[in-house]
Amino acid sequence: MKFLENYLHKMEPHFVKGGKWEKWNPLFETMATFAYTPKLVTQKGAHIRDGVDLKRTMMTVIFALIPCLIFGIYNTGHWSMVASAGDRDLAYWAEMGPKFLIGLQSVLPIVVVSYAVGLGIEFLFGMLRGHSLHEGFLVSGMLIPLTMPADCPLWMIGVSTAFAVIIGKEIFGGTGMNILNVALTARAFAFFAYPTSMSGDKVWMAGVENTKVDGFTGSTALGDLASFMSDKPVFSDLNAFTESYSFMDAFMGMIPGSIGETSTLMCLIGAAILILTGVGSLKVIVSFFTGGLVMGLLLNAIGGNAFLDLPAYYHLVLGGFAFGAVFMATDPVTAAQTETGKIYYGLFGGILAILIRVLNPAYPEGVMLAILFMNVMAPIIDHYVVQGNIKRRLNRLKAA
Amino acid sequence: MSNTVKLKKGLDIRLIGEAEKVASEFILPTSISIKPGDFHGMTPKLTVKEGQEVKAGDVLFFNKHQTSVKCCSTISGTVTKIIRGEKRRILEVQVTSNGTQEFKTFNTVDPVSATSEEVKNALLEAGLWMFIKERPIDLVANPDHEPKAIFVSAFDSSPLAPDYDFVLHGDENNFQTGLNALKKLTAGNVYLTLNADSPSDSVFTNAKGVEINSISGRHPGGNVGTQIHHISPMNKGEYVWTVNAQDVAVIGRFLNTGKFDTTKLIALTGSEANHRKYYKMVVGASLSSLLKGNIVGDNVRIISGNVLTGDKIEADGVLGFYHNQITIIPEGNQYKFFLKDGWMGPGFDKFSNSRLFPTWMFPKKKFRLDTNTNGEERAFVVTGELDKVFPFDILPMQLVKAAITQDIDGMENLGIYEVIPEDFALCEYVCTTKINIQSEIREGLDLIQQECM
Repeated sequence: MKFLENYLHKMEPHFVKGGKWEKWNPLFETMATFAYTPKLVTQKGAHIRDGVDLKRTMMTVIFALIPCLIFGIYNTGHWSMVASAGDRDLAYWAEMGPKFLIGLQSVLPIVVVSYAVGLGIEFLFGMLRGHSLHEGFLVSGMLIPLTMPADCPLWMIGVSTAFAVIIGKEIFGGTGMNILNVALTARAFAFFAYPTSMSGDKVWMAGVENTKVDGFTGSTALGDLASFMSDKPVFSDLNAFTESYSFMDAFMGMIPGSIGETSTLMCLIGAAILILTGVGSLKVIVSFFTGGLVMGLLLNAIGGNAFLDLPAYYHLVLGGFAFGAVFMATDPVTAAQTETGKIYYGLFGGILAILIRVLNPAYPEGVMLAILFMNVMAPIIDHYVVQGNIKRRLNRLKAA
Repeated sequence: MSNTVKLKKGLDIRLIGEAEKVASEFILPTSISIKPGDFHGMTPKLTVKEGQEVKAGDVLFFNKHQTSVKCCSTISGTVTKIIRGEKRRILEVQVTSNGTQEFKTFNTVDPVSATSEEVKNALLEAGLWMFIKERPIDLVANPDHEPKAIFVSAFDSSPLAPDYDFVLHGDENNFQTGLNALKKLTAGNVYLTLNADSPSDSVFTNAKGVEINSISGRHPGGNVGTQIHHISPMNKGEYVWTVNAQDVAVIGRFLNTGKFDTTKLIALTGSEANHRKYYKMVVGASLSSLLKGNIVGDNVRIISGNVLTGDKIEADGVLGFYHNQITIIPEGNQYKFFLKDGWMGPGFDKFSNSRLFPTWMFPKKKFRLDTNTNGEERAFVVTGELDKVFPFDILPMQLVKAAITQDIDGMENLGIYEVIPEDFALCEYVCTTKINIQSEIREGLDLIQQECM
């Protein structure tokens, strides 16, 4: 690896101030610091520093996302096959190789577009501001594809990503400064700008619009559940629903949905990685699940129709709930920053997610909106925690 | 009354290179330097000229704003150099030894029978006042202030720190005299805080006239800041003075003998140091002869003090005024390939408070850490990591942000009066952002002093 180091040494003078490619320094620096931890040494204060840095932290999140990605590719392939065959009863674990390849054909372009557009814009801003790439988008770039429907047109992914990176993050100052979760901003943009491509029963299976079978729909569990609230439910009663979508299927993720969100099991593997390494907040994840469960139980207690009667634990494995709890709510920049605040933040997030999911007829899924809403509320939660701390100090002053 | 405080938060950074518990004979240095920079916020006014003869205890300079606060030479000899920096600021006053140690004679004072005014004047006159530090703001104590308490820590918990039980063993008389003197300086208590996790030397356990508490847990348990916060927290408008345990003995020695004898045991530590043991020397001593032959390799950082709060010095540097150890660690000015020993490598050689490196599975292993920052500076992204090593009822990240944004109200509300930079040293160590938190806090404190005091 010595030649690479020598090469970087040789190239460096061209990129520093006064060099002929000075403008491209952020790009060079990003590459160089990716390949080599730079030789920066401490100048002030503590002479030694922890081994951890933002690159390793972000890379750990990407590792945690890999189970979801791989399973998502396979699942996309499966439902794409289902759509072209028009038969929902296709064996899930058969023809694994072809399914994976079909899935890859749908998912890989989305991932590539998301990274290309996002990183391109990040570099542009980096060059304008004269700093190298800050690592935040490495994770956002992977989260965006995983929250999109498999059939989403690529240009839509590109536009949403561009919107999220520019309006959601860079105008606030870049990584660490944003108010809303970047990946969810992208999804929300697509959701409201192109609703027909982001919801309904035409988008969740790649190629479903070309199906030759009459009466076949690419509906999802949540779409079918929402129909209980209308005059024309898809299923006659709750039992018919749970026969079609068993708890285990939903837990494993063998149901249609956004690319990476369907498998609760894979999300839990990701959660284990995040919690074990300490990158993701245990408090947020646990309280988010608790909030969802509490709201589910509350709705059960009210009851009245099949959706309200759906067992509370079912809510936790359907839709993007687990994915949102593990990967979206835990984003440290947009979550509450105080330790006490994180508990309330997660709890209200979980409660709102299920509340919107069940009671709002316009949106079959509420996780995205709940987390975005809590992103906005997080500073207020923190404010009260901080005020509590300040008050304790003032009380001591009065007592003294 | 004796309490034990249990700390749950904190971090012991396990480094290679503790000093062996062997003390050298007294080494009279060829020269000493006193650096006014060691006394934050002081404007020195010289009383000596180059070429002038001085004895140990003769005044070198005093504080322009508090003329009673004086700094004295710690050896006898000739003032050889006054090193100035930008705008003729005095950086160092150097005294070259005349080969023997002659002391200016002061009257001995018995602090038990003397009035507090007499004790104060005696300490001010002979330059011992410099050893008394004041919180908030972390300055040399203002003799006009009334401290609500004086704190002395009986142990140092920072990495590779000298063992005070060894250093002060047998020095009961001087240490007790020093405590008696401190007792006269405050209307409140003198607090001596022991390490609850290991038995303390009789010099501490037999101390009289002070309130003895103990504290258990990891670093920063030995920091006076942590002890003050848990034992007698400070409020706005209050002052607390602190004195290092070895300096208490120096004060006691002066009162008992009438000599300004700053001899202390200094630990030579760190993975790149040879002959790691305790060396007997005076404050400000030139280290060039000690360091010669005791440094492994040539790409090292020499630190006067510990790795978290010490000052970088050169191989011909001097011992800082408040330091009790010298640490030598490797410089980290090499590129590190990302998969080998860089940011994505397995990292068996990286000590981290996060569990992103496998080293958390080896709770006994000691590390040879270098000065590489292990990453570039970034904005705050990760939350909660500072809280884990900050055993105060203060929100560290919020306070640091208030300091960075020069938010005076915010700093006051969030508890800036209870902290000094060294309290944030561990935060600075663990922080993913690589922001220099200690200097941010220092600037915040300077702003507070300017605007609110």
